[in-house]
Amino acid sequence: MTATESAPAIVPDFGDDEDTGRKLAIICSKGNLDMAYPGLILANAALGEGVETHMFFTFWGFDMITKSRMHNLQFTPAGNAAMHLPVGDVRLPQLLAPLPGMTTAATKLLKKSIADLGVPEVPDFLDQIVAAGGHLWGCRMSADMMKLEEKDLRDDVEGILTAADFIVLTNGAQLLFI
Amino acid sequence: MPVTTINGRGIHVDDEGFLTVYDEWDEDLGKALAAQIGIDMTDAHWKVIRFLREDFATQFETATTRRVETVGGVPTKEQFKLFPKKPQKKMAYIAGLPKPRGCV
Repeated sequence: MTATESAPAIVPDFGDDEDTGRKLAIICSKGNLDMAYPGLILANAALGEGVETHMFFTFWGFDMITKSRMHNLQFTPAGNAAMHLPVGDVRLPQLLAPLPGMTTAATKLLKKSIADLGVPEVPDFLDQIVAAGGHLWGCRMSADMMKLEEKDLRDDVEGILTAADFIVLTNGAQLLFI
Repeated sequence: MPVTTINGRGIHVDDEGFLTVYDEWDEDLGKALAAQIGIDMTDAHWKVIRFLREDFATQFETATTRRVETVGGVPTKEQFKLFPKKPQKKMAYIAGLPKPRGCV
């Protein structure tokens, strides 16, 4: 043995040997286009880190998984005091926000900004999340309220759960409500 | 910046062990890096790694899993199969690239 013997190689620790049992549950309750994304981005990131991830869609968030609605989520500047125009820090006056055509224009603009970053549209994003091993669940009360059944939802939604079912399913999980 | 020895070669890495000099990498080294994290390289693995290398040369950023699917043509599901649990980071490591900066 000599003094120059090399140190062990520096290799990233991907934590493969430890089973952390970490679990994340994300409740998506909003159907506005801008509010659909936080849950999707976090779910995708968690799956990429090897975390078991469940998404539960409730109330307006149900639109994200409803076949007839998931392609048409919209973004409105109305009631969003932080809505600024694409140039500089100019804010859109709230008085103008409810004008006809404003929601359509704002939706188009947001969709383009998102696409420019290489981030998929909502249905494609959910495809990716499922491919990465994520689980999608619908809310029983929302389904009943909107008179929707499993056949109206994305085929990869694993089931429609009651609130109690969901609590049991997410035992020990970290939970996010969006 | 630390220098570590892999396959009998000194290479520059960051504190975690990701390579920091693009040109210090070749496929022999890639194979050795993969072996360090328990991955036995097959043609399917190489398809991803070669895409990452080529893409980085023009984009100067490490492709995310999303980009590996849409531009590189390797579906997300397969990426998880080839590089289990944490595909994005493992692919970047084997390809001798920094961890991806993009969120998606």
